[in-house]
Amino acid sequence: MSAAAAKPILYSYFRSSCSWRVRIALALKGISYDLVPVNLIKDGGQQLAIINYLEETHPNPRLLPQDPKKRAQVRMIADHIVSGIQPLQNLSVLKQMGEKKMEWAQNCITSGFQALEQILQHTAGRYCVGDEVSMADLCLAPQVANAERFKVDMGPYPTITRINKALLELEAFKISHPSRQPDTPAELRA
Amino acid sequence: MSAAAAKPILYSYFRSSCSWRVRIALALKGISYDLVPVNLIKDGGQQFSAEYKALNPMQQVPALKIDGITISQSLAIINYLEETHPNPRLLPQDPKKRAQVRMIADHIVSGIQPLQNLSVLKQMGEKKMEWAQNCITSGFQALEQILQHTAGRYCVGDEVSMADLCLAPQVANAERFKVDMGPYPTITRINKALLELEAFKISHPSRQPDTPAELRA
Repeated sequence: MSAAAAKPILYSYFRSSCSWRVRIALALKGISYDLVPVNLIKDGGQQLAIINYLEETHPNPRLLPQDPKKRAQVRMIADHIVSGIQPLQNLSVLKQMGEKKMEWAQNCITSGFQALEQILQHTAGRYCVGDEVSMADLCLAPQVANAERFKVDMGPYPTITRINKALLELEAFKISHPSRQPDTPAELRA
Repeated sequence: MSAAAAKPILYSYFRSSCSWRVRIALALKGISYDLVPVNLIKDGGQQFSAEYKALNPMQQVPALKIDGITISQSLAIINYLEETHPNPRLLPQDPKKRAQVRMIADHIVSGIQPLQNLSVLKQMGEKKMEWAQNCITSGFQALEQILQHTAGRYCVGDEVSMADLCLAPQVANAERFKVDMGPYPTITRINKALLELEAFKISHPSRQPDTPAELRA
């Protein structure tokens, strides 16, 4: 009983796109939690498992459409970011790239965003899939933040850019933003 | 009506672990389909053709055409199959056990496989083998520990789940890259149990339409 009543604890790194996705989900669902800052999580990409668990145990507001085909589109977009882009430019991989780090990260993101831009042209409404915020959007905004950090030219991706802008206007995305975390360094604070 | 009646089409490469995951799911759920092979190496990689790119902008396998849509990303496909063909199920009923299944699947699908896929290995030149072994070793060390808490006969308890669909193909990759499986007894035991199941055998890389003669079972 007491385990169920205890506040959830999130181990989070302010700048980790993986942590940010989960912070957005918790904010959207109005789940209060204790945040324990960790400096660089060994990230194995398990945040979608966490977000799916939150979706099943706190169904409102929902992060997946009701229609199975639209749900498949949401998952496809989320998985593309979480498996197809982010792991290739995470910290442990970049360490291996030495001087080529920046170029490598830019190539991964560019290549991933080219595909994503095409897909979004078919699926997007106000957000990634139709007009409701979904798990795809929770993955998109943090990945765009990564792109900006690696100075990727966002010119070729108008749909990604438009959606990201709309997302950053939402309270849950603002409150969970890397620039506003307990462990955000002073020089990077909003 | 005719779109719904048409057989699903799976774009697959015999040796792609991501494709194998979906082949297992289709076999377990008894869904018959047509397989269109996409050779990731020939012709500079058939996934890069304009024709395939129009079908799947991500230029990867697998992709599944089903019910009038095309889905890519193996877990997105598997989740769709789970929702539209619920039996036999690939997720436990309890949300916490479901989270364990997803965590294991995500760890393999995001934390291990992408780091040793073809396009990354191309970049590694001579260091290819060493890089792949390191990715897999590091990922399997974590996975072995997780499985010691969650595993029964299979990855989570005693029912085959999405986690198992991801495990067997990743172990096949480990073997291809000559990773020493000694330190991972739980992974090894589960993999052995899985390979005895019909769905895992029939979908195996050694038994596909595009399996080269020298690698056929």
